[in-house]
Amino acid sequence: MDVERTELPGIGVRFEFETKRGVHLGIVAHREGRRDFIMYDPDDPDSALECVVLDADESASVGELLGGARIVEKLNQLHHEIENLVSRQILVDATSPYAERPLGDTRARTRTGASIVAIVRDQGVETGPAPSAVLRVGDRLVTIGTEEAVDKVDRILRGIE
Amino acid sequence: MDHLVEVFLQLGLVVGVLGILGALAGRFGISAIPLYLLAGLAFGDGGIHDLEAIESFLDVGAEIGIVLLLFALGLEYTPRELLGTMRTSWLGAIVDLVLNATPGVVCALLLGWGPLAAVVFGGVTYISSSGIIAKVLSDLGWLGNRETPTVLSLLVAEDLVMAIYLPIVTTVLAGLAFAEAAWGLALALLAVGAAFFVAARGGSALSRFLSSPSDEILMLKVLGLILLVAGLAEQVHVSAAVGAFFVGIALSGDVSHHAERTLDPLKNLFAALFFVNFGLQTDPRHLPPVLLIAAALAVVTIATKFATGWWAARHSGSAFTGRLRAGLVLLPRGEFSIVIAGLGVSAGLDPQLGSLAAAYVLILAAVGPLAPRLAGPISAKRRKRLHPRGPKPPVAAEPAA
Repeated sequence: MDVERTELPGIGVRFEFETKRGVHLGIVAHREGRRDFIMYDPDDPDSALECVVLDADESASVGELLGGARIVEKLNQLHHEIENLVSRQILVDATSPYAERPLGDTRARTRTGASIVAIVRDQGVETGPAPSAVLRVGDRLVTIGTEEAVDKVDRILRGIE
Repeated sequence: MDHLVEVFLQLGLVVGVLGILGALAGRFGISAIPLYLLAGLAFGDGGIHDLEAIESFLDVGAEIGIVLLLFALGLEYTPRELLGTMRTSWLGAIVDLVLNATPGVVCALLLGWGPLAAVVFGGVTYISSSGIIAKVLSDLGWLGNRETPTVLSLLVAEDLVMAIYLPIVTTVLAGLAFAEAAWGLALALLAVGAAFFVAARGGSALSRFLSSPSDEILMLKVLGLILLVAGLAEQVHVSAAVGAFFVGIALSGDVSHHAERTLDPLKNLFAALFFVNFGLQTDPRHLPPVLLIAAALAVVTIATKFATGWWAARHSGSAFTGRLRAGLVLLPRGEFSIVIAGLGVSAGLDPQLGSLAAAYVLILAAVGPLAPRLAGPISAKRRKRLHPRGPKPPVAAEPAA
């Protein structure tokens, strides 16, 4: 997708692009975090037909909705593409010794070699979670590594290992 | 009455009235500046209530207001934006300057105020209010439109012109002997260069000194720096406001965003006091005689600004609707016209200049933000005329009605 970038001095940056189906869209990124989501008039490409204003929190949530699903999709592709590498979502259930504890406590990467690349929760996806991210009951950890390593992470989280 | 009682009551009255006026302005979608000016006119000599107890406070507060307004103007654009814009739209900047400063210059000369006042008054009619315009663009959802970068680059260019214009005007206004004026001017232009240099180099040492995770500390450090530079600038006859403007230009990166945010409430308060004070110093009895001139000048400069926007939008490839919007949105004059007039009046130019500038801004700051709303209906009407059949044939619609 081609994205055209225009500076708006004093305000921020504007991005414009066209979808495959021919809809002309734009996003104005304000310096202070506000985002304007713009749909252009099909009859007059100079003019905004609709302008949806999102504050910093709202635009972050929308971004997760749009981008978060893609990460899981991409991981599934990766799964097919690379031999011996699997990705799986591992559930943190109520019996897990690591529920309500920071991710770093599991020492999963050191012990197994597998990486936890995202935490999927009701509120959205946390990609690249820091070791300090606290695991909650019901979280699904997107884990990537060899078959054995991912199994091992699963066992660690269930408290078997 | 106890002096302190009087001070608090009068200050409370003024600030409270401004709050209510601001809310009123927001309700009707106009800028609050003309209402603040009217409030100033209503108080004071020959007005509804005398503000003697807070006179000296208002004088100092108004000066701080100018300083903070110009500091914010300097902050608004990064040096990269300023220099980048100059490369791409210098032609538009020249058109803007020639078309819009000329009416002010001619008007001042016709009124017999002399060449000095003419230079000042040219600045009053030239400079658009970037504050009002940025707000209108954002409120109407026009930031995505094709002509918007063109409109913004005109505002950036005006900012850059101010960097050269203000020091020249203030040194000339100081009425110094030629040698002294030349020295002051050289110093001011050196300061422009220094500010750009500091900003372009990332201003790393300055930024590191100023930056702080605490809003409070940052605010105190930046405000201290602004006031010190403003005082030094005044000392060499370059005007405090110009000094603050350069501090704004010199700050860049995260510190500038942080400073903009933390100083905003202070700027709002003192700028409002500045507008009130300007109104206070303008005798309401001087307004009626200049009102007609102000209205005529407003009509002429509405036409010239509209032409500027239309031309610039056409030059950058916008169609009819875009040109119309660019022309209409550029109309408001506001805070900086008053600042320039204020510099002139305090330097002892014809006091009528102050009254005329007040009346002129009263008209354009009120009409300006409303004008862009005409763009929609006008272009819809034109579209109907050009494509009379449209999506629904009127022949079928009319008999039903």
